[in-house]
Amino acid sequence: MASQIPAIEITGLTKDYSVGFWRKRMRRSLDHLSLRVEEGEIFGFLGPNGAGKTTTLKLLMGLIFPTDGTANILGRPIDDISMHRDIGYLPEHPYFYDYLTARELLDYYARFSHYPAEERRVRVARVLERVGLASAADVQLRKFSKGMLQRAGIAQAIIHDPRLVFLDEPMSGLDPIGRHEVRDIILDLKTQGRTVFFSTHILSDAEMLCDRVAVLHEGKLRGIGSPGKIVSLEVQAMEILFEPVENQPLPSNLAQHATPVGGRYRMEVPEAELYRTINDLRSCSARILSVSPVRPTLEDYFLGLVERKPNAPVEAHAQ
Amino acid sequence: MSAMPGVVAINTFREAVRDRVLYNLVFFALLMIGAAIIVGQISIGIERLVIVNLGLTAISIFGLVMAIFIGVGLVYKEIEKRTLYSLLSKPIRRWEFLVGKYAGLILTLVINTAFMTAGLAVALFYVGRPFVRSDASILIAIYFILLALALVTAIALFFSCFSSPMLSTLFTLAIYVTGLFAADIRDFGALTHSSFIKTATSVLYYLVPNFHDFNSIAVAAHGESIPFALVWQNTLYALMYIALLLVASSAIFSRRNLK
Ligand SMILES: Nc1ncnc2c1ncn2[C@@H]1O[C@H](COP(=O)(O)OP(=O)(O)OP(=O)(O)O)[C@@H](O)[C@H]1O
Ligand SMILES: [Mg+2]
Repeated sequence: MASQIPAIEITGLTKDYSVGFWRKRMRRSLDHLSLRVEEGEIFGFLGPNGAGKTTTLKLLMGLIFPTDGTANILGRPIDDISMHRDIGYLPEHPYFYDYLTARELLDYYARFSHYPAEERRVRVARVLERVGLASAADVQLRKFSKGMLQRAGIAQAIIHDPRLVFLDEPMSGLDPIGRHEVRDIILDLKTQGRTVFFSTHILSDAEMLCDRVAVLHEGKLRGIGSPGKIVSLEVQAMEILFEPVENQPLPSNLAQHATPVGGRYRMEVPEAELYRTINDLRSCSARILSVSPVRPTLEDYFLGLVERKPNAPVEAHAQ
Repeated sequence: MSAMPGVVAINTFREAVRDRVLYNLVFFALLMIGAAIIVGQISIGIERLVIVNLGLTAISIFGLVMAIFIGVGLVYKEIEKRTLYSLLSKPIRRWEFLVGKYAGLILTLVINTAFMTAGLAVALFYVGRPFVRSDASILIAIYFILLALALVTAIALFFSCFSSPMLSTLFTLAIYVTGLFAADIRDFGALTHSSFIKTATSVLYYLVPNFHDFNSIAVAAHGESIPFALVWQNTLYALMYIALLLVASSAIFSRRNLK
């Protein structure tokens, strides 16, 4: 392991919210979560809406207090504020003082790291460039779009070069270019030896970036491990896209399984039957446009979780 | 002492300025100009009385409106808009944030009051009265107004740590008005034969801050001097009360779950 002290160590973290207006009931949003993130890892925190991802991050940031359980960040308990010097946090749907410009906002946050004026100026300019806001540096935040706010949020999370960065849905609200840039930022952080803990429900982001992921569902940890172990390697089927020879009917064995899409055909076959199908296609001189594996989406995985009996063992998903 | 509250305070002041809070000074200036012109035309030797009375009352009311309405939103707005989330991930403690917000509003009130004081001085100069030594009591009266405002702000901040701006405004106003008449209420209680009312009114008297003692407007308007002991008494009284309220606010706010 990279280091003796884990970057994050969560033990039995639990959060109940009281809900209901007249008769207050307790609702468990996080149920005895335990996990450990090593220094230098990019760790993905996955789960469908309402799984408890944001709740976990807010607990770790000390914005709300646990009903039960403890957590340490960089070896220090979460109520030790001095540890905040070494962490950065992007809240979900960030919002900032809208009377400030992006430059003023970042300068404000940099003051909490006690940088002298000149260093603040340099850092602010650099991080604005990094998140692609250099041209909007002197625009008031009330005029920012959703994606621009998200970028400002990422900027304030990394302006002080923290050892550990928490990002709550860093890609949300971003256009494809923005998502790509954020991916680059996260990978850069890893190159610099930093730890990144981010929540998302987009599987491809997690697949592309994460050393390990944890899957949360209804407040419970349902799986933890490398992304491949969790979902993506279980190829369900192969998808074939082909174009038949013009004016020639499809052989019935193909016609049965293929669905026409704008002059072309699409079909899904089990991996074992791939070569046989390709032979069939060759014999009728069809043009094969693409062959690609169909992987379960995170949604499929979550659906699987919902359908699985509660308390059934989560085989193959455990560590 | 850490520098964190100072950073928050400066930003709070900047917010007030950018939200055009200081525009109230325009109204104050118009009021003073209008009063000076009218009084200057009457000219029967009560210029000073009228101008000082009006000026100090306006300073007090303008300040009060600002202290309460900004005060109750200081913390609430940051929670509601979630601007607090990223801030609290910085190495700042919740009490430091609270003290910073408080100090920021006090700074705003002091600067606002300083401008109004200058306006009052100009108006007095215009009605043609040379400044004399007893004018010191005008400055002391203004100092008392500021102490009272600082106290009101602390009350507003305290309530805003656990209730909505609407309720906080009501509570703060109620305490302010009760505090203005605290001595009267106690004296009324002493007149009754019910020992329950006697006790209740004197408990109330000691519980709510006594704002009556901070009002030296009439004294200053008549050019009388304000005893030095009162300056000390009011200063200590306000500081202790404020300290108590800030500690209580911090204790509540530090345990609070942010939505
Ligand atoms: N302040 C609150 N009061 C009551 N219940 C809450 C509160 N905040 C969250 N919850 C509940 O806690 C559960 C987990 O919410 P959380 O925001 O952590 O989910 P999430 O995994 O971040 O979801 P999403 O992907 O939609 O952001 C939800 O059922 C939600 O209704
Ligand atoms: Mg969330």
